[in-house]
Amino acid sequence: MQHLDIVDISARYGSHQVLRGISLGVDRGQITSLVGPSGSGKSTLLRVLVGLLPPETGHVSFDGQRIDYSNKKNVKAIRDRFAIVFQQYNLFQNMTALDNVTIAPIKIRKRNRAEVIDEAEELLAKVGLKEKMRSYPDQLSGGQQQRVAIARALALKPELLLLDEVTASLDPELVSEVLDSIRQLAAEGMTMIIVSHEMGFVREVSSTVAFMVDGKMVEVGSPADVFENPKEARTREFVNKILQH
Amino acid sequence: MGYAINFGQVFEYLPYLAGGAWLSLQIAFLAFCGGLVLGLLGAFAKTFGGPILRRIANAYVVFFTNTPQLVQIYFLFFALPEAGILLSSYVAVLIGMTLNAGAYLTEIQRAGFSSVRQTEMEAAETLGMSRWQQVRYVIVPHIARVLFPPLSNHYILMTLGTSMAAIFGVEELTGRALNVNSETFRSIEVFTITGVMYILVTLVASAILGVAGRALFRAKMRIV
Amino acid sequence: MLDRILEEAPRFFTYYNLIFLGGALLTTFLLTAFGCLLGFLFGFLMAVARGTTGWLLFPIRALAFLITESFRRIPFLVTLFIVFYAFRGTGISWSIFWVALVAVVVIASSFIAEIIRAGLESVHRNQWDAAAAMNMSTVQALRYVILPQAWKVILPPAFSFFVLFIKDTALASQIGLVELTFAGKVLNNRGFSAALVFGTVLILYFILSYPMTRFGVWLEARFATSRHR
Repeated sequence: MQHLDIVDISARYGSHQVLRGISLGVDRGQITSLVGPSGSGKSTLLRVLVGLLPPETGHVSFDGQRIDYSNKKNVKAIRDRFAIVFQQYNLFQNMTALDNVTIAPIKIRKRNRAEVIDEAEELLAKVGLKEKMRSYPDQLSGGQQQRVAIARALALKPELLLLDEVTASLDPELVSEVLDSIRQLAAEGMTMIIVSHEMGFVREVSSTVAFMVDGKMVEVGSPADVFENPKEARTREFVNKILQH
Repeated sequence: MGYAINFGQVFEYLPYLAGGAWLSLQIAFLAFCGGLVLGLLGAFAKTFGGPILRRIANAYVVFFTNTPQLVQIYFLFFALPEAGILLSSYVAVLIGMTLNAGAYLTEIQRAGFSSVRQTEMEAAETLGMSRWQQVRYVIVPHIARVLFPPLSNHYILMTLGTSMAAIFGVEELTGRALNVNSETFRSIEVFTITGVMYILVTLVASAILGVAGRALFRAKMRIV
Repeated sequence: MLDRILEEAPRFFTYYNLIFLGGALLTTFLLTAFGCLLGFLFGFLMAVARGTTGWLLFPIRALAFLITESFRRIPFLVTLFIVFYAFRGTGISWSIFWVALVAVVVIASSFIAEIIRAGLESVHRNQWDAAAAMNMSTVQALRYVILPQAWKVILPPAFSFFVLFIKDTALASQIGLVELTFAGKVLNNRGFSAALVFGTVLILYFILSYPMTRFGVWLEARFATSRHR
């Protein structure tokens, strides 16, 4: 049984069909990367998984349990187990880095305040931001904000972490500090789905690479297979384009 | 005490009320035009005037924007006769609304003036435009574009403001509604219909201004 | 005109008249303040109602839309008459202050709802997404994330509306509420010079309104400099 099983998911924004029958399996402790040209629906798939966009067809199972995205209780339950880091960080602008990390565990999960703060300080130290705990988002660089966002997601102790183009809005010199944080998580065995354009990084950390175009899953395989021996013509085309750059 | 709603009788007065609405629009238009001129003078005084002129314009704006229009008109209508100046109710209302509008429109137009950026002027100068050409092709179109939406909004608000003319016996929409009310005693119906007519009149005015603003000035319209 | 004012002034500024005008000024202030406070409350509810989704809440959304969009296009004077006669028609015998207050609340909540809606919309959509992904309910998201960011956008124009409405409540004199303008009419009817009476009334309005206008300007300048905190 797979940890996460995505079967035939379709979704649309208004009249715009974004996902057309996506299927994908993810094993525990594995890192799956979604790659493909922009607009292929990678980010949308993550939004569907955390219940920000209800799917039209198909279903998702987690540990063998079907998630009913039209059921509020189901969505709430799944959001307790999944965490997402957004491309634009989406940090709460009115809170310090520390408050951003602690708000959900304290106010939503009603956990012990002192314990949560201890954990949050540890997490922020882990992403290298111990000194910036009391800073507000607008006082932090993009890379620092993104690492706060990662710490915020980890504070929820997710069983599955979704990373949505977490380096796409960063200046090139800030990318590596965020990637380092993710590498560390990978080493600790966190199950992750990563949307990324950093092909070198994808190749290095992923156990599975899934290539999407136009809301369809074109090819799924190991990084070596997808990057070196792509079976599909569209994958080959994409990989060649990337390698030329 | 029960009250049975009955619109039938009031509907007969619709044409009469519509005539009142037309007068409301006219009063608003006249007062707006007068206010626009006063406001232009005020904005010029505040932007380019010397210290004395600026102070006068400022006092005018501060006084009229911090006191009720109704009491201003009361003053014109009841107090000026004590100085030998007799105004008809229509004229008193018109002057009062014009003076009031002038104060608000001074502030709006001054903000429009100050939105012309130095860089735009410099760009115009480097293109070799003469002073007059700069005014004609850069400043005026820019100001018109910036000012059209807030001016349109104020015009709509003034159309609603004309209802206070009824208090002085002017037979615009609200004035005629009061007449119908005292003839039929169907108060709730009369004033509901009157309210709906104000909604319709201002919706039409907003729509026309919105289209005009986009077509003439490429203004970004988001009117009340 | 001037000599008449000078001649009447000692008779006009008596203890009784000053108490009368002071009480009327207080009525003007209380009508505006209570009206806008309640208007803020209902306006907030309507702004949130207009932001809801789903067909279940459609009636609430439609009602909020109808109220905010219509009463911002009806003159306050007409709203006063509608409320006044509606109370008479249903036979509820509230005092005239409460009747006027209802009219103020209707208008104020319509305008303030739009101010609040603009404020809520000024907070980026992605803040809602992040809140939802962390399992915050709508109320929790508003309380912890959205309102702490939106209130600086909301407060200055809401306060401006309050200051604007101090003057508009003069119209409540037309349904017989003894506020400042009505008090002026009473004194004028007692034979005092209109210039003296309405001049005094204008000055009293100014004394109430001007400091608040200044405060509003200060508020706006202060909030404009710090967007996030």
